[in-house]
Amino acid sequence: MSEVEETIKRIQSHKGVSGIIIVNADGIPIRTTLDNSTTVQYSGLIHQLAAKAKSTVRDLDPQNDLTFLRIRSKKHEIMVAPDKEYLLIVIQSPNEV
Amino acid sequence: MPPKGVPAKAKPAPVKPKAVRPKAKDGDDMTDVDGADHDDWVNTKALVKPDDQLELTEQELKEEFTRILTANNPHAPQNIVRYSFKERQYKQTSSVDQLAIHFALDGNMIHKESDEAQRQRTKLGIPDAHVEPAVSEVGEPVSAAADSEDRGDEAKEEAGDDAGTQAASGSEGGGNKKLTNQFNYSERASQTYNNPYRERGTATEPPPRAVFSGNVTQWEIFDAYQEDFEKQEKNKEKKVIPGRKEEEKARKRLTVTETSGDDVSRIAKAAKIVERMVNQNSYDDIAQDFKYWEDPSDEYRDNEGTLLPLWRFSFEKAKKLAVTSLCWNPKYTDLFAASFGSYDFMKQGNGMMLFYSLKNPSFPETIYETDSGVMCLDVHPEHPYMVAVGFYDGSVGVYNIEKKDGHLHRCTAKNGKHTDPVWQVRWQKDDLENNHNFFSISSDGRIVHWTILKNELTYQDVIKLAMPDSAAEGPDGTKITTIGCGTAFDFHKKNDYLFVVGTEEGKIHTCSKAYSSQFLDSMDAHNMAVYKVRWNPYHPDIYITCSADWTVKIWERGNKSASDKSDAMDASAKKPLFTFDLNNSVGDVAWAPYSSTVFAAVTADGKLFCYDLSVNKYEPLCEQMVAQKKKTKLTHLEFNPEHPIVIVGDERGTVTSCKLSPNLRKQPKEKKGAQAVDPSVREQAEIAKLDKILLMVRDPTENKG
Repeated sequence: MSEVEETIKRIQSHKGVSGIIIVNADGIPIRTTLDNSTTVQYSGLIHQLAAKAKSTVRDLDPQNDLTFLRIRSKKHEIMVAPDKEYLLIVIQSPNEV
Repeated sequence: MPPKGVPAKAKPAPVKPKAVRPKAKDGDDMTDVDGADHDDWVNTKALVKPDDQLELTEQELKEEFTRILTANNPHAPQNIVRYSFKERQYKQTSSVDQLAIHFALDGNMIHKESDEAQRQRTKLGIPDAHVEPAVSEVGEPVSAAADSEDRGDEAKEEAGDDAGTQAASGSEGGGNKKLTNQFNYSERASQTYNNPYRERGTATEPPPRAVFSGNVTQWEIFDAYQEDFEKQEKNKEKKVIPGRKEEEKARKRLTVTETSGDDVSRIAKAAKIVERMVNQNSYDDIAQDFKYWEDPSDEYRDNEGTLLPLWRFSFEKAKKLAVTSLCWNPKYTDLFAASFGSYDFMKQGNGMMLFYSLKNPSFPETIYETDSGVMCLDVHPEHPYMVAVGFYDGSVGVYNIEKKDGHLHRCTAKNGKHTDPVWQVRWQKDDLENNHNFFSISSDGRIVHWTILKNELTYQDVIKLAMPDSAAEGPDGTKITTIGCGTAFDFHKKNDYLFVVGTEEGKIHTCSKAYSSQFLDSMDAHNMAVYKVRWNPYHPDIYITCSADWTVKIWERGNKSASDKSDAMDASAKKPLFTFDLNNSVGDVAWAPYSSTVFAAVTADGKLFCYDLSVNKYEPLCEQMVAQKKKTKLTHLEFNPEHPIVIVGDERGTVTSCKLSPNLRKQPKEKKGAQAVDPSVREQAEIAKLDKILLMVRDPTENKG
């Protein structure tokens, strides 16, 4: 159990990572390191996008499944890893050293 | 049809209409005329038959046709259907209006006493003088009637005066003439008692509503089927194995505890993936280099290669320890194991075993801490989760990396533990009873064969490294055979029973598992301890050794079966084919898995040397400083079986990975258009390549002999 905690801490302290959000199956953030309004925004929007992406992948081949989703923008990169019940969102700015 | 057929004989007497009344025929207007008259009329007239009249027989003439005259409108539909909302269906209207209007003309006459007439009159201003006589006519007989109307009290006046006054009153209240009947009427009204209205209503509670919506996509259908299938499978299992209820209960308990675990732990898999992603981002350039970088300058420098440093793996707790062994996982080629311990006799402490993945350079996948320094480790080729380790304190252990809680087995002092550090362990093929087994070699001069029998480690001494030459003299004059210290061994790739051992005295012994007391061959290879021996992956007779005496030597195994063995051959067999001086103690040497002529060595001054015998037999293609800080000894080296990288461990607990440049990876070029080379064919090619080189190096006497 604490291993996972450690992993999340490591991710959090990795260079360039601005925040990490854990969202449950209903789109409600259960754990976050960002402020409230940002969290709510991210969780709502990303949750829908991830659902759409997963639906797309599975529609094309139902035996396939989404492993992760990366959205790279000018300023940073949003990485989304879906799980059976949860969604893990990490925002990283890889340009920072 | 002609009117009623009349027999040719005209009957003179009037026929009483007893028999048949003349039936009404279609379109004929038969009036109910007295029969007699009818007949008279008929009789007076002579029968005139038209020419085209139907010729009918008498019988046919007598045939009676029924015609019915009805008042129905023939054009009226018979089956009008109207939708009844009450019954929610179409219902046939039972009675259809049969009225047929043949002609309609709207007249423009209005009754003179109607409202409309009044209005028009007032509009036109026509005095209603002509109304009076009508009124007076009407009014006369009603003189006696008492009326409460506001015609005034002149009801009993004369007709004329009546008319006049009436006219006057009429004209006065021209517009307000009340409707009157012929007689004076009295208006009476009474009102029944109206019950007061009460409104009562009830409102039921609306039924609870829930909005239900669903999405159906292909994968949802697939998932539903999968679930159903699994349920069916479970049911089948339950039926087949009814006696395993306890097991199931136990399983259920397990699953319950799993799901009720901490929320965070359920996100383990996703967290792992994200960690790798984050790392990939940070080390993006390295990852790209790993995959795609090929040193372009290699095209210009034929005999030189370079090493591109890639990731550096280091762990906080291992910083004080030296890397004592490296091993790539045979199944997952991005996973490697590194063991940590200390080579320093004085500073002995804890040991560690870390499993790293190239996908996550910042943190190891699995960590094991041990009480004693780990000196060597080996991953089982077929079961990549089984790891054998050898410790500084002389014991060996087996770990299962799927379980993170510790070792599976560890031998004890009673159980065959070595009395000196174990320098190397190596898994063997499963024995006849499918038990895992491995060999270990240690400074105490024993090579021990360990077997895992029924979950326990059992040992068997294979051989003792006795030193046949120098037998020291004991205090009381008896000869005590000294035992050499084994430091390295390697098993032949094809002949499993054959292995080569290197010792601390610099000797190399060729041994067989079958013979436990004698070596097949032994020679003085080096002046100092032999740190590594390795068989060539392709050529069955070549092996390479490295030593603390600064040299790397390549040997050929003498062919014992040759009958014309001469002394010369013996002597030459004890000479190395190649010798390389690397200017510092060589910690490790390894053959490249892709070529029979490429090998690399690491030295204590932090350099990595890479040789390719097919290109240059004497000089390294690459001599590069790999260690970060100067004065860091490089301790171990391993080639990745698949990717063109090597990992190098140093004494500061850091593992560095480097990419080999193309010149160092030369493989025999395939002809264009040829199919992919069969591995056995490749092997032959590699062997032939090496043989060619060896021919040049071997003694000329040998060649002739």
